[in-house]
Amino acid sequence: MDVFDKLKILTDAAKYDVACTSSGVNKKAAAGGIGNAAACGICHSFSADGRCISLLKVLMTNICAYDCKYCVNRHSNDTARAAFTPRELADLTINFYRRNYIEGLFLSSGVLKNPDYTCEQMIETLRILREEYRFSGYIHAKAIPGADHALITRLGMLADRMSVNIEMPSQSSLQLLAPDKSKQAIFKPMAYIQSRIQENSHDIVQYRHAPKFVPAGQSTQMIIGATPDTDFQILNLTESLYKKYKLKRVFFSAYTPVAENHLLPALDTTPPLWREHRLYQADWLLRFYGFTAGELLDGEHQSFNPYLDPKCHWALNHPDFFPVDVNRASFHSLLRVPGIGVTSAKRIVSARRTTSLSFDGLKKLGVVLKRAQYFITCNGKTADGIKTASTWMLRTLLSEKTLKLYQFNVQSEQLSLFEHLPALPSGQEDLLACLTSPI
Amino acid sequence: MPNQSDLIYRYDGSFDGLLCCVFESYQTKAIPIDILPSGATAPLLFAVKEVGTDPEKAKRVLDSIPEKLGRPALEFIRQAFLTCLPQKELHILLFLRLGYRYGPAVMNMLTDKVVNTLFKAVNHLTRESHLFKGFVRFSIFNNVLVAQIEPQNYVLPLLAQHFCERYPEERFLIHDKTHGMGLVYQPYQSTVIPIEELELPEADTDELAFRSLWQLFYDTIAIRERYNPACRMSHMPKRYWNNLTEFSQISYQPGQTKPIAMINRLTSQEMPPTGTNEIYKGGPA
Repeated sequence: MDVFDKLKILTDAAKYDVACTSSGVNKKAAAGGIGNAAACGICHSFSADGRCISLLKVLMTNICAYDCKYCVNRHSNDTARAAFTPRELADLTINFYRRNYIEGLFLSSGVLKNPDYTCEQMIETLRILREEYRFSGYIHAKAIPGADHALITRLGMLADRMSVNIEMPSQSSLQLLAPDKSKQAIFKPMAYIQSRIQENSHDIVQYRHAPKFVPAGQSTQMIIGATPDTDFQILNLTESLYKKYKLKRVFFSAYTPVAENHLLPALDTTPPLWREHRLYQADWLLRFYGFTAGELLDGEHQSFNPYLDPKCHWALNHPDFFPVDVNRASFHSLLRVPGIGVTSAKRIVSARRTTSLSFDGLKKLGVVLKRAQYFITCNGKTADGIKTASTWMLRTLLSEKTLKLYQFNVQSEQLSLFEHLPALPSGQEDLLACLTSPI
Repeated sequence: MPNQSDLIYRYDGSFDGLLCCVFESYQTKAIPIDILPSGATAPLLFAVKEVGTDPEKAKRVLDSIPEKLGRPALEFIRQAFLTCLPQKELHILLFLRLGYRYGPAVMNMLTDKVVNTLFKAVNHLTRESHLFKGFVRFSIFNNVLVAQIEPQNYVLPLLAQHFCERYPEERFLIHDKTHGMGLVYQPYQSTVIPIEELELPEADTDELAFRSLWQLFYDTIAIRERYNPACRMSHMPKRYWNNLTEFSQISYQPGQTKPIAMINRLTSQEMPPTGTNEIYKGGPA
């Protein structure tokens, strides 16, 4: 088997892992070495599905001792198997890197023989890159649950970012679909990595040249839509992961059916992309907008509104918070206005130092007023011709496509915003199909 | 209050030359209707005034900017000078005039027409230069890394630091076809020089193998169920596709000359040490 076949098989096997960014650390090549990294991350290309390609995302091997039902590499699946040797993979990485195809390596693996052996193979690859090629580019390594702590430490010393995939958002789902994994087995390495990062941050304060352990932090991913877990549960889990394990990112992956199993959605199910999208929107609200999970969803409303983004939904349910005056409101209040993001809020705050902002001025700053105009005033004035009647607002807050869907699903004679919005229509599967297929 | 004159200033196309135009505008208490680099054709209706580049005048203007407008403003107009904004020179002059009047606050006057136009242009520049950190594709000829790009803005000076830190031990050349300039690097020295035409040599077997490996990876990594060409296009507009290996035809074209010697020559020239000023001065011809 030549390197072409291996690359094809092992890329194919790795592509469902979405946690693939090159961000979080600034570095430059050491003398005699190669490679740098930018904290903002650099996308090198975009694949046909519109996702960023920044790292060479492959598996060390797709031979796996485990039989997780949702996974394309499960033991019982009849698929071509391959394994890179550490040398092969390191050479491929360097050659891609020299041509500026990639920002670094994303290395995961199936469990070959046992977790320790797998981890040793990964360490050898990273060692060749770091020590022989003196490679300072980005490396993201998966911690293999169940591997020895000493090996995880070694891996963490070589990698920039590590991740342990939670995969299933609840213990019960995990038991059902991944019988070889347990919640403890996943959280143990995560907690261990977190403690080492913390320890390391003390060392770095004391000794400037102390070797860095996972400088870009750790991340995780979970699969959405393979199990009955609700958005509320997922979002709460996400929030606690950020708080407890200080994760840099939590990634969500809409489940793409890869196996026929009565426990899983049917093979012809389209991936729940809209749900993934809403979860990412909510994730951003948690990380950059000062929202908490409890504000976006609660025990009674466990799912996101399919028609409105979480921020818009929150705004419509909190009319007492609005309108916000752009010339007076604090940065954090501005961030809560639908249509105003971090960039716009920053521009508003800096522009209003020299002038009083009008709606025209906002437009010049690049603030998109389509939705924001309902929630803001400029020096006490609302935008011209704004009707705050709920039907009118709804029509403009929804895109044309979602508005049609809304009318189609809710079937109400008059569009009523507040009564219907919190409730999801019963035929969620139909809706899902509608939203993900072209109209 | 300066007069709106019906003069057109003509300068040598360098940043210092532009600073002399600013000096000229203050000295004559007049605002030109346009400022053109020496190569451009001026409209016939208006008188053209040649503004010579005097290092002393340029230095006076340059020193006054951080003093009166602050350091960020100087960095800002340096970047503005690299943009593809039509009439960027005139906008920079008007921006500086505002700046001398309002001080560092000019950087916050985002609703002003001039400031706003310049900010948008600079945003375009920084966004494009960030994209090119990823979209540059090198081919390796005789152990020299060569890439060609066609940016809208003059991004090379902004890419220099990134690529020099990335490949400190390599020799590389990034050729900007739009502006006819090239960033040339050999260990620990880099410079930007004019390169009008660059013919690339034939790729060897290794190079072709890695190109097709990359295409294989690119095609395999996409998830069929999530196919979304519109999303790809918005992140990576088609104008960048010409020079991307993932979309190129990989085949030998026999009978091509091998200008490897030319590339070797370019990368082994004696080069001055990189200084930020040096790079900014050499604007596109």
